[in-house]
Amino acid sequence: MSAPASLTEPVFPPLAINPELVRKILVRFIQNEVQKVGYERVVLGLSGGVDSSLVASLASQALGPNNVLAVIMPYKASDPKSRSDALQVVQQLGINQLEVDITPQIDAYFERFPDADQRRRGNKMARERMTILYDQSSGFRALVIGTSNKTELLLGYGTIYGDMASALNPVGDLYKTQVWQLADAVGVPTGIVQKAPSADLWSGQSDETELGFAYRMVDQLLYYLVDRRYSKEELSRLGFEPAFIDDIIRRVRDNQYKRRLPVIAKLSSRTVDQEFRYPRDWGH
Amino acid sequence: MSADGQLTVGLAQIDSALGDRDRNLARHRQWVAQAVDAGVKLLVFPELSLTGYFLRDLVVDSAIRLDGPAMKDLLSLSGDLDVVLGAIVEEPDHRYFNASLYLSRGELVHVHRKVYLPTYGMFDEQRYLASGDRFRSFKTSYGRAGMLVCEDIWHLSSAYILSLEGVDMIICPSASPGRGLSIDERLGTAESYNLVCRTYAQFLTTFFLYCNRVGYEDGANFWGGSMVIGPNGDILAQEEDADEALVVATLDLGDVRRERLANPLLRDERVELTINEMRRAWHERTRKPY
Repeated sequence: MSAPASLTEPVFPPLAINPELVRKILVRFIQNEVQKVGYERVVLGLSGGVDSSLVASLASQALGPNNVLAVIMPYKASDPKSRSDALQVVQQLGINQLEVDITPQIDAYFERFPDADQRRRGNKMARERMTILYDQSSGFRALVIGTSNKTELLLGYGTIYGDMASALNPVGDLYKTQVWQLADAVGVPTGIVQKAPSADLWSGQSDETELGFAYRMVDQLLYYLVDRRYSKEELSRLGFEPAFIDDIIRRVRDNQYKRRLPVIAKLSSRTVDQEFRYPRDWGH
Repeated sequence: MSADGQLTVGLAQIDSALGDRDRNLARHRQWVAQAVDAGVKLLVFPELSLTGYFLRDLVVDSAIRLDGPAMKDLLSLSGDLDVVLGAIVEEPDHRYFNASLYLSRGELVHVHRKVYLPTYGMFDEQRYLASGDRFRSFKTSYGRAGMLVCEDIWHLSSAYILSLEGVDMIICPSASPGRGLSIDERLGTAESYNLVCRTYAQFLTTFFLYCNRVGYEDGANFWGGSMVIGPNGDILAQEEDADEALVVATLDLGDVRRERLANPLLRDERVELTINEMRRAWHERTRKPY
């Protein structure tokens, strides 16, 4: 599959954003949600991809570069280009950086389970990175800021308690095609915006190959399905292939658990997250 | 009405701490002081300014009683100017209302209990709150006023009823979360509210004071955009941004009379016809066999 053409092809009009308005809302969101709970800083995993580069930029604008710690956590099979892209972002923004090679801890573990497949290894790496970020958040007195976008959250294309874990997420309501627009507008290096999105579990991996469709395509379908609540028949009339529609609906449904707290066996008359309903920003 | 027929109004476009009444009361005091310095005679705070909006189970802990000790603090805000603020009011029968209070010279002049409680999409008010059962205007030192809280204005009849009572001014405290992305410079919500508020002012030939809050709660952003609108639909003052701000405008209260002479919409309104037609439509809708 070719590069995503994130900047070269025209944007699907309903997903076109006013980047300056969105930037302003998200910068203030980060300031507000971090500072009102008594923090000044954030820490994030910087992969060198467009999502984390965008979040690094927004966080730097919101809190100042000194209050942002980017942790670069390569594995030996990661594409070296990812690391150099991440370092370019660090340098451009002037934020703090820390490099932790996760190879020793991953390999030590999988020595005992040599038959583990790519998926297990990938999820383990994502969770290993999460534990590093949460540890660093304690050392740096910072909140972990998330980088999962709306496309990933809906499709479940992420690791629960891995890269999906964070204290706050400024980009979780932006589709990938919207992330591209905003990233370009805030000055994320063009090479990063234009490269093929990848979880980078091995060199040359591509999200779009693995998922089996292009982000531009699935974002359009998700927009009609989720935001506009089109029925299957209506989606089909728009020209989407029935098999594609079914696949996406199934993915969204099957990954619902990743977007929720663990299911709690109900016994009392006031159960957490059932009748016990308080805002996250309680007292702030 | 003031001697010169002028009224300086202020909209306190503020953020509120969620479920922290003491902190919010202190902030009300600061904004009142600032408004007094600016010569404001009527200061409007946003919906639930004393408590924050997405309270969920905090509704119970955040409530005040109109005959309770907290009222003294609130009334004391209105020594030098009239104040509209938002609070959760617990009635003696333990129903909780999303209420807007008009205070003047240390007295409670009027309470409006929000009638239309949004319970769809991101909203869940009916789960926690009881809904008000009336729209009533009231007399102020500056003419007749009516209050509508946020979602109330999305029902045409609410403003229409107030206009039949002859209001000079509709006051709308709001906690509207922004949403709806496009290439426009404002969110969809901001566009809609501008349209609705200006339409009411022009159709009902009345001043319209819209005070929305700013800040974030659980990720939702409140977009501000507070505005003072004249009885011809013109925006007299607005803070378009989502910053905390005191929006000040001096109203010429004679504009209502002049507008109603130029556009006697209210005079020509066929109220009885409306009532009869509504009764007929309602009858047909409810008596019609399935």
